[in-house]
This record gives sequence, C-alpha cells and structure tokens, in this order.
Amino acid sequence: MGLLYGLIAVGLALIFGLMDVTNFAHGEFLMIAMYLSFFLFAFFAIDPLLSAPLVAAGLFVFGAVVYLLLVRFAMRAKANAGMVQIFTTFGLAIVMRGLAQYFFTPDYRSIPQSWLGGKTISVAGIFLPEPQLVGALVSIAAFAGLYLFIHRTDFGRALEATREDPGAVALVGIDKNRVFAFGWGLGAALVGLAGAIMAVFFYIYPDVGASFALIAYVTVALGGFGSVFGAFAGGIIVGLVEAVTALVLPPSLKSVGIYAVYLLVVFIRPRGLFGSM
Amino acid sequence: MDKNFAARRRRDLIIAAVLAVIAALTPLFVKDVVVQNILILTLMYAGLSQSWNILSGYCGQISLGHALYFGLGAYTTELLFTKFGVLPWFGMLAGGVVSALIAMGLGYPFFRLRGHYFVIATIVIAEIGLLLFHNWEWAGAAMGITIPIRGDSWLKFQFARSKLPYFYFALLLACVAWFVTWWLEDSKWGYWWRAVKDNPDAAESLGVDVFNSKMGAAAVSAFLVAVGGSFYAQFVSYIDPESVMGFQFSLLMALPAVLGGIGTLWGPVLGAAILIPLTELTRFKFGGSGSGVDLIVYGTLIVLISLALPRGLMSLFSRPKKTGATR
Repeated sequence: MGLLYGLIAVGLALIFGLMDVTNFAHGEFLMIAMYLSFFLFAFFAIDPLLSAPLVAAGLFVFGAVVYLLLVRFAMRAKANAGMVQIFTTFGLAIVMRGLAQYFFTPDYRSIPQSWLGGKTISVAGIFLPEPQLVGALVSIAAFAGLYLFIHRTDFGRALEATREDPGAVALVGIDKNRVFAFGWGLGAALVGLAGAIMAVFFYIYPDVGASFALIAYVTVALGGFGSVFGAFAGGIIVGLVEAVTALVLPPSLKSVGIYAVYLLVVFIRPRGLFGSM
Repeated sequence: MDKNFAARRRRDLIIAAVLAVIAALTPLFVKDVVVQNILILTLMYAGLSQSWNILSGYCGQISLGHALYFGLGAYTTELLFTKFGVLPWFGMLAGGVVSALIAMGLGYPFFRLRGHYFVIATIVIAEIGLLLFHNWEWAGAAMGITIPIRGDSWLKFQFARSKLPYFYFALLLACVAWFVTWWLEDSKWGYWWRAVKDNPDAAESLGVDVFNSKMGAAAVSAFLVAVGGSFYAQFVSYIDPESVMGFQFSLLMALPAVLGGIGTLWGPVLGAAILIPLTELTRFKFGGSGSGVDLIVYGTLIVLISLALPRGLMSLFSRPKKTGATR
C-alpha cells in the first residue's frame, strides 16, 4: 500500500516537488485516469494492465494541455503566485469533478474481472494480493526511472535549472514552457499509471481523487521538496505508518498516524526528510 | 503620506458605517427567505474571510486549516449547550477562547515552518481534528449533534420562525471582524505582521518579534473564526464533523479574501459579496440534481477570477502606482 501511495506521489513529486508548482487537481488527474482505464475495459475489454500505457499516454497529453492552457498563466502572476496557483488548480479540480459527475454520473463503478483483480500470490508462505504487488513493482520502476531521468538526462537538468532561474535558462536557449509542459505531461502520465493499476481494486467515482490527494501531498512534503528519492522514501514511510496505525487504532483513524508522523518530521526537520528547499 | 493614510482610514471607517447601515436596512425590503438566507451566508463568510485574512493575508501565514477553528467553535458551543445547558452566548465565547488557545498551542511548534510545509501542516492538523471528532462518541461521532429546539429566544440564540435575528448577528460579526482588522491595520501589530509577511528575516533583525506576531495573528484569527462557527451551528441547528470541520470550509473562508484581494481591508468583504451569492445561485439554479453543472460553473469562475486578477478585485481600485497587495 505504501508503494502505491508512492506511485501516486511520484507524479506529484515531479510537479509539486521539482517544479515547485502547486497542483491541487492531482487527485482529479488520478480520478480521470481511473475512469479512462474503466472505459477502456468496459467498451473495448482491454485489461487495465494492458491499457496502462494508453492511459499514461492520454494523461501525458492532458497534463501538458493543462499546463499550457492554465498553469502557464497562473505562474505568470507577479503577486500572490502561491495563492493563484492553489486556486487555479483548485478551480480546475472542481470543474473536473463536476464534469465527471455530469458525464459519468456519481455512481460507484468497478472493474469486475481482470487478470489481476482478486488474485493472490504466495511468496514464501505469505499471501500477497497481485494487484498491489504489481502496483509496488511499477512504483519502484517509476521512481527509479524518474530518478535516472532527472539526474542523468539533459532534460532533467533543464527542468531543475528552469525552476531555479527561469530567466537564466531562457538565455541559454531553453524554452521554459516546453520544459514545464513536458514536466507536467510526465507528472500526469505517472499518476495515469497509478490510476490504471488502482482501477483494478478500487471503486471509481467522481470524488475518488480527494481521498488520495492529501496523502500524496503529505508524502511529497514528508520526503522533502526537490527530492525524488525523498518522495519514494516518503511513500514507504506513509505505507508503513498506515499499516501500524491500523493495528493500534480503529480503521477510520488510520490516516491520523500518517498526519502525525508528518507533523513530527517537519517539527524536527522543517525541510522534510531529504528536502533541498 | 501620513496625512493621506489617516484620511484614507477615516474614509474607510465612514464607508464601512454607511455600508453597515444599508445592510441593516435591507431586511425591510427583502422578505424572501431564500434571499435572506443568501445574505446571512454572505455576511458570515465576509466575517470569516476577514478573520482568515488577519493571519494569512496580513501576517502572510497561509492557513488552509481554519476549518478546525470553525468546527471547534461550533462544537464547543453545542457540546456545552446540549450536555451542560450552558447558554450559546457563553459557549460562543468559550469556543473562541478554546480556538485561540489551540491556535497558539499549534503555532508554538509549527510557526517555524515555511511555504508549502506550513500550508500542508495546517491542512493536516485540521484533518486530524476532523478524524478525531468523527470518532469521538461523546461528541456524537459521525452522527453529529442536533440542537434541541426550545422555542425562539435571544437568550438561547435560537429562532425557528424568522431569520432576521441571525441576519443581524451575522452583520454584527462581519462588522466586528472588519473593525478589528481596521483597528489592527494601524497598530504596532499591523506593521509587524506586514513586515513578517514581506521578509521575516529582515523583520527579525530590525527587532520585530516575529514569533509573537504570528502567535497574536493566529489567536485573533482563530477566535473570530470560532465565533463564526458557533453562529453557524446555531443557524443550521445541526452539526456533524464534515459539515463544520471539512476541508471545504478552509477553502471557502480563504476564497473571498483571495478573490477580493488578500491582505487588504476590503478584499474579504468585496470577495464575499460577489462570490457567495454566485455560489448559492449556481447551486440553486443548477444544483440538487447531482448533475455537477453547479460545480462546473463554480470551478470555472474560480479559475477565471484567479487568473485574471491575481491580486484580487481590490487591485482594480488602487491607483496603478501603488501596489494593491500591500495597502
């Protein structure tokens, strides 16, 4: 479960953590991805596992378009940049929820049978549910990929440089909007991947994103802004803390443990565990 | 410059008095209950947003967790009333004091956080409060508290037949919040807050007590929001954790100030006067069917306003040379 939070958080880590843009619609990106996965299954009988790359590609386009049409302008604000970003993306989140309600109805949907759904696998006598296991593997791969991508490629360096000083990168010929649009696309594609896998074992409804979004923010902040590895570590910690809390406290309080750990961490280290900002 | 400032403050006070009188007279002409309802909510959010603006606008500590204080005000009042028979007026005061104390207790460890870390901490703290109340059997848990109807009386601040008393209280709340802001704007605190907002390190080095400034702003802000929460509880006469402590309240409180002009005296009033009727009307016109059209309209409005006027509507009124955000 922790790696799953990690998977949702990794896309956010890119947008929120590395580009320093607040995205309050991250949960809604997840929701769209889950619906996309659902409809691909319902109409074309494509298993979520196979459609995951399609969903990711779709979300990539969506993320890039959102950046070019909205976020680009929100970032231009000279005053209150933070609040403008918060409320622009928050407004977008509300619109997306409204659209989902309008077109998909507020009904709960689920993917009844898929290759992975409901199956378990036995590893050395421990039974693990397959979807979660695949989610965990994809999550590790996604983090590793993103880490290498940010630290080993020209694009990754361009991204960090753009955040640091958008004016200076323009001088060396980097188009800020192209870099950030690509970054947003990538962030959205990662959450698309998460959505496709989660569609297998979660109910899908217009508000589904809200319940995961806050935990994703906490995961990113816990790990520290500006650090891919931090978000990964944050995801694992969040998952472990949730599992432990669920043993000690009633299930409805399981998130309290996560929040408390976040507060404890930032109390001791105000920049998160591995944060550079 | 000084003279201008004093003149502006006098002018603000006169405008406020005139607006308050006009507002007080509206019930003479507006008899429609739906419209009265919208007016009450508008005034309430004007007051709440003004209070939020003290901590987040003037002092620059963006809180998206003020729902906690709203809920604490509502719960303190109603728990005291239903369990111990304490009159809501005292409960209201108690709720305010409890919230202010908790705000300072939370500020003590967490005011050293900055930026996103602080904002997320405020959200998370409010969420913990919400979950705790959800599981607190004595306080009604998820079922909430239904306030027993004991007949109309000012003593119990309860009116089933007419909404007017609520209207006047909401007006009073908005006026008090406005006046407190007006008064603090030109006090030592007001100057400290703006210094802390603009550059905490520079302020500290010039002898501003940064930590205590934040604590003061948090206490005033939380107290007023809690009073608003008590009022809301009496007004709707039923509370549960989601309906008074949900995350949406934190945003609804912030939104009028942000749209009107964050850190300005008139921003929250202006923002609430435009936003709340729009919200209620879109809900009235498109909502209810669960089709989501009201959400689409509302969300689009928020996006457009925040993109078009990053400094809020107040920036339309300030002369181009001045920076609207710091007035």
